[in-house]
Amino acid sequence: MSQAIPKPVTQLVEAFSRLPGIGPKTASRLTYYLLRAPDELSQTLAAAIGDLKAKTRTCSICYNITEEDPCPICRDEAREQGTLVIVEEPLDVLAVERTGAYQGRYHVLHGAISPVEGIGPEDLKIRELVARVQAGGVLEVIIATNPGMEGDATAMYVQRQLVPTGVKITRLARGLPTGGDLEYVDSVTLLRALQGRQEM
Amino acid sequence: MPDRERTLRTDVVILRRQDYGEADRLLVLLTAGHGKLRALAKGARKPFARKAGHLELYALVDMQLARGREWYTVREAETREPFLALREDLVRSSYASHFVELIDRFTGEHDASRAEFELLVSSLERLCTSADPRSIARYFELGLLGLAGFAPSLHQCAIGQEDVQPQDQFFSPPDGGVICPNHHAGLDRGLPISLPALKVLRYMQTQPWKAVQGVNIGAALHLELERLLLAYLTYVLEQRLQSVEFLRRLRREDG
Repeated sequence: MSQAIPKPVTQLVEAFSRLPGIGPKTASRLTYYLLRAPDELSQTLAAAIGDLKAKTRTCSICYNITEEDPCPICRDEAREQGTLVIVEEPLDVLAVERTGAYQGRYHVLHGAISPVEGIGPEDLKIRELVARVQAGGVLEVIIATNPGMEGDATAMYVQRQLVPTGVKITRLARGLPTGGDLEYVDSVTLLRALQGRQEM
Repeated sequence: MPDRERTLRTDVVILRRQDYGEADRLLVLLTAGHGKLRALAKGARKPFARKAGHLELYALVDMQLARGREWYTVREAETREPFLALREDLVRSSYASHFVELIDRFTGEHDASRAEFELLVSSLERLCTSADPRSIARYFELGLLGLAGFAPSLHQCAIGQEDVQPQDQFFSPPDGGVICPNHHAGLDRGLPISLPALKVLRYMQTQPWKAVQGVNIGAALHLELERLLLAYLTYVLEQRLQSVEFLRRLRREDG
């Protein structure tokens, strides 16, 4: 970067560039925006980024991101103990919670198996899941990994690991999205929707 | 000469994909006639994205692409063959990962030929229908090595160039093929290769799949063939193969 640009500016541009989906142009735009914005915005942002790592941890039971360990969901005794939803990422917990229809607990894998990218089972919280189920009390595991090649591979691998425990294993149904358009649906989704059709 | 068309319509296999920006996906594609390309699928992660279901890994897709400054952009996508059986069987999907990983590492952007595309598509088709993926994998590996200019020398000694005799030999990745026992004497490189393994590799290198698929290969011979070809591939690529590690893990767990 040019010597005409002050070092603090280049430092922040480089830091932003390391974030996913942010290229050098966007990084520069964000940096110069912060330079012109009120000081309060930069200070709030800096404090929030500092707190992000300092004040969060992973729950030692479900591996979701939390402020306190165990997380509020694992601590909540009103929730069903016997049902676990298995998700790839912490944001997926929020998606299932938004339905308001699930009262069980979770297990966050922190990724999906992708041999091409070098992500194997040992990089995910699968061993911890098996130990959790083996410890007893879990009656049903609902696999809610993403419906794609990597999510499918992860689901199949988790199933292989859990079968010996005898726990009931289910997977989220797949089919047409609400508000979707049949004309544009791919053949795999339509096939799954046909296979999972329900009597009216 | 790079192709300068603004838009192109072609069959592609989606090799890799990663999330990009707020709702986009960046894809690495192997095309039928334009080599390996990167293309951005804008909005592919939005809930009602019409293209999303047509952008699945390892699927054969009829795609219309528009040339951008850095990458292509996906205009239209329609799945031609989803290779559904790969998504329902962990071992098959792991072999598909192995094929895609090899194609990705052997090809640079824009430089893959139509033959590599056809080899990948036919191998994915075979994976979906055949009971044993191991022969398909070895046939694919030999085919790809040949297309990349690294076909192993299996008929002449890689050092002395004389015809190899019908006996156990040595296989040396640095020398690019079989070394006869005479030339191997005193060398500290080369893996033992049995006569049956040499015969199967020669057959696979020269015969069409229709003939090769009928060859009956025992478990020990399969392991030998895999060990030899993976040693050669690892030497040529100078990298460990990630999908192979996962396949070995599945095999260990199956006992």
